[in-house]
Amino acid sequence: MTTGTITWAMPELPRGAVRAVVRAPDPVLSTPGEEVDPTGSAAIELAADLLATQLVSPGCVGLAAQQVGVAARMFSIDVSGHAKTRTCHGAFVLCNAEVLSATRKESGREGCMSVPDFTGDLVRARRLVVRGQLPLTGEWVEISTDGFEAVALQHEIDHTVGLLFLDRVSGPHGIHPRRTYL
Amino acid sequence: MTDQIIAVTVLGDDRPGIVADVTGALVGLHGNLEDSTMTLLRGHFAMVLLVRTAVSLESVEAALLPLSANGSLVINARVLGDSALSEVGGPSYSLRVHGADRPGIVAAITGVVARNGANIVDLGTRLGDGLYVLIAELQLPSEESATGLAAELQETAEELGVDVHLSPVDDDLL
Repeated sequence: MTTGTITWAMPELPRGAVRAVVRAPDPVLSTPGEEVDPTGSAAIELAADLLATQLVSPGCVGLAAQQVGVAARMFSIDVSGHAKTRTCHGAFVLCNAEVLSATRKESGREGCMSVPDFTGDLVRARRLVVRGQLPLTGEWVEISTDGFEAVALQHEIDHTVGLLFLDRVSGPHGIHPRRTYL
Repeated sequence: MTDQIIAVTVLGDDRPGIVADVTGALVGLHGNLEDSTMTLLRGHFAMVLLVRTAVSLESVEAALLPLSANGSLVINARVLGDSALSEVGGPSYSLRVHGADRPGIVAAITGVVARNGANIVDLGTRLGDGLYVLIAELQLPSEESATGLAAELQETAEELGVDVHLSPVDDDLL
C-alpha cells in the first residue's frame, strides 16, 4: 500500500453519531445532492456522522450522505486495510466533489450497503483525480489515486449525484444475487 | 389459492413488441413478475420469466393463448416448486472458452465442471463463422478446488483444441 502525495490533512471533527443506512428503493438514493457549505454546523455534523456510521458498518469502505437519508454532496471514504487497496488516503470526508480525470478503465463487480440483494458488473476507472472540499475548513483539495480507492471514490461520487451502481451495470446479465461467501 | 410461481417460456420469431405483449397479457392476472431473462439465439426470440400469482396455471395459459395463435411464438407455462437456494456455497469464477467449432465442446467442458463439484449459475454460447465461444459463471465448492478444476479444464481444452481461461470474480462491497 502506498500513500499518495498528501498536501492536506483531514480536519479533526467532533465525535459523530451512528445514523441508519437507507436501502433502495428509498427515493433519497436517486436524488442529486445539494451543494453543501462544508464549514456550516449541519455539514460538520453530517461529516462526523458519516465517519461514525461507516466505522461501525462491517466491510464498509465508503458512505454517501444519500445513504443516511440526506440529499447532499458529501461522502466519507476509508479503504485502509482492504486487500485491493494500492494508494490510500486514510479516512476522510469530501464535500462537493467532482471527477477531474478518470482513466485506465477496468471491469469489476461491486456491491453497496444500500442495495443488499445484488452485485453488479461495471467498468470503473482505476486512475482517478478528484477535487472536493474538506469539512470544517472548506479547503479545496485535489486527490490523485488508483486501484480500489479510485473505484470507491467513483461509487460515492455517483451516490452524491443520485446514481447507484445499478445505473451503470454492463448489460442485462450484469446483475447478480449478492453472495454471502467471504 | 395461495400464490405460486409459474414459469413462462416464450420462443419464436423475433419482432419488436414480444416482451411488451407477453408481460401485458400477464398484468391482467394481478401477477407479479420476478426474475426473467431474454435474449436472441441466432435471431430467435427466447425468454423465460417467473410470475408469482394467485391465479391458476390454466388462467395463465388462457391469457397467453392469443399470442401464440398465429404460430410465430411457442409459449409454455408450468408451476415451479420452491427454489432450492444456492447448493454450492463457494467462490465465484468466470469461465471463458473459445476455439474452432466442433461437436462436443460444451458437453466436455461442462462435464469437467460438474465432476469438480462446481455449479454453473450463468452461461452463454455463441457460434460465429467457425468460431465457438462459451462464457459461464461458476460457483466452486471451495477456493482450494480451483486449482484442480483449472488443470482438468486445461487438459480437456487441449484435447478439444480450444482455449480456456478460469479466473476468480471478486465482489467489492462499497
